Amino acid sequence: MTTNPATTIRHSLEPIGDESFILNLGPQHPGTHGVLRIIVKMDGEYVLDADPVLGYGHRMQEKIAENMTYSQMLPYMARMDYLAALSYNQAWVCAVEKLCEYEVPDRAEYIRIITVELNRISSHLLWYGAFLLDLGAFTPFLQAFADREKILDLLESVTGSRLTYCYYRFGGVFQDITDSFLCNVMDYIKYLRERLPSYHDLVSGNVIFQHRTSGIGAITCSDAAEYGVTGPILRGTGISYDVRRNEPYSIYQRFHFEVPTGETGGCQARYTVRMQEIEQSLNIIEQAVTTIPDGPIKSKVPKIIKAPEGEVAMAVETPRGELVVYIVSRGGKTPYRVKFRVPSFSNLSIFQKLARGKLLQDVLGILGSLDLVIPEIDR
Amino acid sequence: MVIEILLTILLIVVVFSVIMLHVAYATYFERKVIGHMQVRMGPMRVGPHGLLQPIADGIKLFFKEDVFPETADKPTFYAAPIICLVAALTSIAVIPFWEGMAISDINIGLLFILAMSSLAGWGVVLAGWASNSKYAFLGGLRASAQIISYEIAMGLSIVGVMMMAGSLNMSEIVKAQAQSPFGIYAIPQVLGFFVFLVAMLAETNRTPFDMPECESELVAGYCTEYAGFRFALFFLGEYVGMIVMASVGTICFLGGWTGPFEVPFFPIIWFMLKVYFLIFFFYWVRATLPRYRYDQIMALGWKVLIPLALGNVILTGIMKTFVWH
Repeated sequence: MTTNPATTIRHSLEPIGDESFILNLGPQHPGTHGVLRIIVKMDGEYVLDADPVLGYGHRMQEKIAENMTYSQMLPYMARMDYLAALSYNQAWVCAVEKLCEYEVPDRAEYIRIITVELNRISSHLLWYGAFLLDLGAFTPFLQAFADREKILDLLESVTGSRLTYCYYRFGGVFQDITDSFLCNVMDYIKYLRERLPSYHDLVSGNVIFQHRTSGIGAITCSDAAEYGVTGPILRGTGISYDVRRNEPYSIYQRFHFEVPTGETGGCQARYTVRMQEIEQSLNIIEQAVTTIPDGPIKSKVPKIIKAPEGEVAMAVETPRGELVVYIVSRGGKTPYRVKFRVPSFSNLSIFQKLARGKLLQDVLGILGSLDLVIPEIDR
Repeated sequence: MVIEILLTILLIVVVFSVIMLHVAYATYFERKVIGHMQVRMGPMRVGPHGLLQPIADGIKLFFKEDVFPETADKPTFYAAPIICLVAALTSIAVIPFWEGMAISDINIGLLFILAMSSLAGWGVVLAGWASNSKYAFLGGLRASAQIISYEIAMGLSIVGVMMMAGSLNMSEIVKAQAQSPFGIYAIPQVLGFFVFLVAMLAETNRTPFDMPECESELVAGYCTEYAGFRFALFFLGEYVGMIVMASVGTICFLGGWTGPFEVPFFPIIWFMLKVYFLIFFFYWVRATLPRYRYDQIMALGWKVLIPLALGNVILTGIMKTFVWH
């Protein structure tokens, strides 16, 4: 850590008086990507303190879950993280399947892997665009959106919706995929692999981009553990932790993929980790598409689920990190208590520490690099 | 005498209208160029290929409600956009579009343009101050620091040109340039040209130096509180500023109105092509680069560009004394 210029300036000015001021960032501000409000205490261009204010999008999702049957809750899951709706679908169906001990046919598992990894890529592409937009570059945003659009088209053809998917069912998926979909997915993998080098040409090697990101907002391993940050931000600090690898769920143990990690823990490390994760997701999809077996896509599951008494915790890796769904059931059609441990919330918790003593522009860059989805934080 | 004055006024009106038309279509040009660089079409709805878009924009902005913040310092708030636009437009007066065609071919043309572009920066600072908004204020402060720093780099970058041409008069510079061995100063003054290109982007607050505006941090910077036609005045000021800077670049480094061959009846063609090339450069940079950080911009200006420009002045002096004399 370098010495904090803001505090040194403040010490020298202390006899004259405190010249700091409060800047209210949000809840409607182009830099916060949603209804996040940050009360920033500033001294000139330096941020002395940044206090996030949450809850503008609070919808009581956990309470709603207590009054819904298990299948009625499924569409609500997609509304929490609208950029990775399938991961949330997956977390919910896997938790309920674990609780009720339902079998899932192989083909359904493969379909889930293909679609959820496509969703992960689309989420990372959107982050890439939005992060670069925070740094002031507009072109990468639109190019990433053009590529993401193709994923949305692919997913639309199997799930029927473009953003808030509700495709998985307990014990399988809603409907089977066609061979032409698999062909299109293979074409897309080829297409995106050809496109990714141009992303690196435009951004990764850019001098201004490197000046703006390398070493900015660095997180140490111990801080990362203390604040419970997850996902690419955790992996950016050098800790190789990925739920898909460390506690494999679904059929992830059948695929070969690497868990990319960074070294510095700064914005650039997060950027590199996410860009490599796109490539790893492409590898997983490619393996899944080439080895997908024939067979049923749904096992026999009663229409209205009555879960047995008990409790279950299910962790999945969303694009933003580890999501834990915790369900307590006392029997009956509805859960007794539901708790979601969402990745964006814990990733935001370190923001205040990172922001102190930085320039305002860096603070918004750091905020962008955390890849926050506000409805997920507010729930 | 009276006829002369009337003729000058007529000339001013003609140049003003032509410049305004060019400004309007510079926005269209920008949106099209950047659009195609960003895998989209740009404006397509108003008129064939969106050709009437700038006019529609103008009409829309003109009829918008004139909103101002209650706590704003009103006289300053009203004056700021006018200062910006007037300072930018006044610079047009000394630019020779072709041989003998300048509204006022004064001896210190180059100095006059530098002075006027500083004044435009003053308008930005005042706007940030008068809005009484923290975002606008931060934008204004950034603008003042940035414009002062890059003014120096820009001034120094064209000192080499002044030394080679031996004049501050724009027409004289072009004429001296035409007689020089390369025909343009961009080759012997390559360092100066580079510093000028960077300083030109900073001077007009364009990406990657769009600190005063930077929409992802300061919402819209100094013009956050401006709406309707007052906002349009800033916008016009910025685009006129771009045309002025491109013209200065054309005259000082790219040979002004001279070209590889004479074009009868349309002597402005070379000048226009070169100016539009530089304006395209503005857009190209905007579509490619992310934004610099505020302190990095300052460091770039003071630690890289000003030493480079100074070195160029010394180099030019040595060359002029010992080699080219």
